[in-house]
Amino acid sequence: MRFLLYISDFIVPVVILGIVMYGLVQNVNVYDEFIKGARNGFLTVIKIMPTLIGLMVAVGILRASGFLEFCGNILGRFTSYIGFPGELVPLAIVRMFSSSAATGLVLDIFKQYGTDSKIGLIASVMMSCTETIFYTMSVYFMAVKVKKTRYTLAGAMIATLAGIVASVWIVG
Amino acid sequence: MLNYLWGGMIVAGIIFGVFSGKMPDITNGALDSAKEAVDLCVMMIGIMSMWVGIMEIATKSGMIDIIAKKIRPLIHILFPGVPKGHLAEKYITTNMVANFLGLGWAATPAGIMAMKYLQELNPNRDKRIASCDMCTFLIINISSLQLIPINVIAYRSQYGSVNPTKIIGAGIMATTISTIAGIVFALVMAKKTKNV
Repeated sequence: MRFLLYISDFIVPVVILGIVMYGLVQNVNVYDEFIKGARNGFLTVIKIMPTLIGLMVAVGILRASGFLEFCGNILGRFTSYIGFPGELVPLAIVRMFSSSAATGLVLDIFKQYGTDSKIGLIASVMMSCTETIFYTMSVYFMAVKVKKTRYTLAGAMIATLAGIVASVWIVG
Repeated sequence: MLNYLWGGMIVAGIIFGVFSGKMPDITNGALDSAKEAVDLCVMMIGIMSMWVGIMEIATKSGMIDIIAKKIRPLIHILFPGVPKGHLAEKYITTNMVANFLGLGWAATPAGIMAMKYLQELNPNRDKRIASCDMCTFLIINISSLQLIPINVIAYRSQYGSVNPTKIIGAGIMATTISTIAGIVFALVMAKKTKNV
């Protein structure tokens, strides 16, 4: 675990250093390119802003009504037998359908339990090791008009499940 | 899909609120959440701009291409149906490297191109059945390959984490496990079923 923390502290500065140094060696106008990319990043966030507002409002309503807690309590009774916190069950399910809706739930978890609590950490790791199954499949297969996806869904579910189990196991 | 999910969340929340007597909380919850989403985006603009800017340097300097070349031999183990030098190879590597570096917006176009070229190699394309290579490609994509989850880090820092990057190591380990599980399954299934 200490080794993992060590990597975590170093990785962002080392990646930035490596990229900028390599850019300088290759005679790239690093500052100009940075600004160009930054403009793209800026626009990306502006573009997702309405989506995020919509989904955070929906999650806010669910939370305020007590619905999320209610679901977590019921599902938690079953999942706690296998050591999975019930608070994370809605996240695990929604994550398969929509990345932005899952983001809304994660932020709610951060608010409720804190970013550095056990639940907060598991939620963070879970978000970083899984992808939206149904969205990705429909975008990619629709692009080539494939109808029969064979064992893709099963494989995606297995990978996602492995990621969720790993998140709980590594943090816990 | 999202229409039902979003609509369902709103309807379930408000109806549940009627019975649990939490109507005033719901009003506040909705208004606060909307405000909070904007606060979050303002902070995200800074972090995302920084990250995408750095990655633009990496693209321009040819670093991304070099990494893509390095992982190319791996492609032929994972996708036995793709001939060496085929365009599918190029787009699969670009997609993987972009995913690896957390450039989701750059990964998707390359991924779609990769699917188009995989479709050319697909023996069952007329029957609209996916090839084994397509299944493997999708499973690997969904298992997530991200090295640095910059979004999650941004959210964590906004919500007062003492150490927002603390989860990178654990994230890499978890994503490696999920990817290996996906790859093993995909390769076993590809061996077993062939391109029926």
